[in-house]
Amino acid sequence: MDRIPILKMGEFLLVTIQVDMHDRLALSLQDDLTSQIVKYQTHGVLIDISALEIVDSFIGRMLASIASMAHLLDAETVVVGMQPAVAITLVELGLPMRGIRTALDVEKGMMALRGAISQAGQNGGSSGIH
Amino acid sequence: MVSTESLEIRNSDDIVLVRQAVRKKSVALGFGLVDQTKVVTASSELARNTLDYGGGGTVQLETVENGARSGLRITFEDQGPGIPDIELALTDGYTTGNGMGLGLSGAKRLSHEFELWSKPGQGTRVSILRWK
Amino acid sequence: MASSGLSGVFEKREQEITEQWVEQQQSTGRKLTPAERENTNRQSREFVRSLKGALKQNHSEDISGLEWNGVRDFLTDFSARRAKDGYTPTETASFIFSLKQPVFSALRTEAGSDAAALAAQVSHATTILDKLGLLTAEAFQKSREEVILRQQKELLELSTPVVRLWENILALPLIGTLDSARTQVVMQNLLEAIVETRSDYAIIDITGVPVVDTLVAQHLLKTVAAARLMGADCLISGIRPQIAQTIIHLGVDLSEVTTKATLADAFDVALRRSGHRVVRQDAVIGNAAR
Repeated sequence: MDRIPILKMGEFLLVTIQVDMHDRLALSLQDDLTSQIVKYQTHGVLIDISALEIVDSFIGRMLASIASMAHLLDAETVVVGMQPAVAITLVELGLPMRGIRTALDVEKGMMALRGAISQAGQNGGSSGIH
Repeated sequence: MVSTESLEIRNSDDIVLVRQAVRKKSVALGFGLVDQTKVVTASSELARNTLDYGGGGTVQLETVENGARSGLRITFEDQGPGIPDIELALTDGYTTGNGMGLGLSGAKRLSHEFELWSKPGQGTRVSILRWK
Repeated sequence: MASSGLSGVFEKREQEITEQWVEQQQSTGRKLTPAERENTNRQSREFVRSLKGALKQNHSEDISGLEWNGVRDFLTDFSARRAKDGYTPTETASFIFSLKQPVFSALRTEAGSDAAALAAQVSHATTILDKLGLLTAEAFQKSREEVILRQQKELLELSTPVVRLWENILALPLIGTLDSARTQVVMQNLLEAIVETRSDYAIIDITGVPVVDTLVAQHLLKTVAAARLMGADCLISGIRPQIAQTIIHLGVDLSEVTTKATLADAFDVALRRSGHRVVRQDAVIGNAAR
């Protein structure tokens, strides 16, 4: 497992994280994603974490970084499929996860992205997410 | 019945191994899913701390029995520079590195018992315990 | 001298002791079915054999050693099964205590006229059997507790049903007192239901909860936060005036949560947020006819 695959799904990019990530993998994901966002001029990224049984502060940091980088490149990010046990643990851990949009699954994630993107268009280029 | 397992933490691949070992042990002890997730996540935080701030170290997994209940105690130890101000280190958001500063305080919140011993120049030992 | 005497008596008179014991058990206590009788016979034979083995290896009155592992395991297992099968604590402990008579009569026969030896052996036997009897009673108790715990857990899961109000709106009407354990189970059930039903909204109704303390309030907040992290929205309804006061006095911050006085109000909010509108049928027909 060398690199996490990034799929083009219509107007968006979809990343499905299925492995227990180590640092190198996380870094290469960020690299790959940013270059793909630019390559396809996409405005939306979906990160599917439904297979992740553990989200620690490292992964949380990575997701926040991805969201920030994507935003700089004029793309919005949605994290989908968080497992209940993970959500409960993250709340207890105290991970802020601010500025990260979430949705229950890919389909709802795409709806959220379309909403965010049209709103960004209305606001003249800023989605208003802090 | 007490069983102990030790692992070395030398690089970031080892953090994954620590998570897997803790998961396996907590499943064997019959922990519920949320308890498993909490203890594995806490271990991940502390393993990363051991690596990033302690320069690497060891972790020991120990099953604990106290009458009717059973639990898992996980102890991280390193010979690193140590923590000069423990109270400060335990506040949320405090970090000397690139982290979110949640490692110690987060692990504490996710555990039933938490013990920290550290002396500048002598290293650090963190022990967490989660009951079933 | 006395200790090996007890062991020796078991060696010599194992069959006799077992038979008398089985008879003793059947004459006291309630009437057993043929299957139960067969079971008891088998268990008694097994136990005496096990006891004989332990006595042979260890002549002391200490039953905690390795030599007694087999005996102790047998009794723990025996008590657990008895607890599960609905026997009383007395019936279960009697298994051991009823062994005294047969053992004493065997000792008496063996000792003959040696009164001192007999006294010592009886004392030894009594101590051992008393310890084993207590062990049995404790194991029985522990087993009962485990059964109760399991039943409590099942009751917990049954008493917190999640209701589907609309295709993407769930409701969780909580009734009764909430303790830490129950609230956590409730949290998990709700969050899992959100995933399964792909619901965007969940309403936690606490109309039926008499007391809300800091812990409960915190758990509710954590549930709302977790649901949000997953991408769903959580509302709380049924906040009675007293509870509203308690929450403010406790200093719990509910400003980020949508709270409504009734479940109906919360349902209304959820419907509107998800883009639904409730319209009267005849109003539509009336307009169309015009």
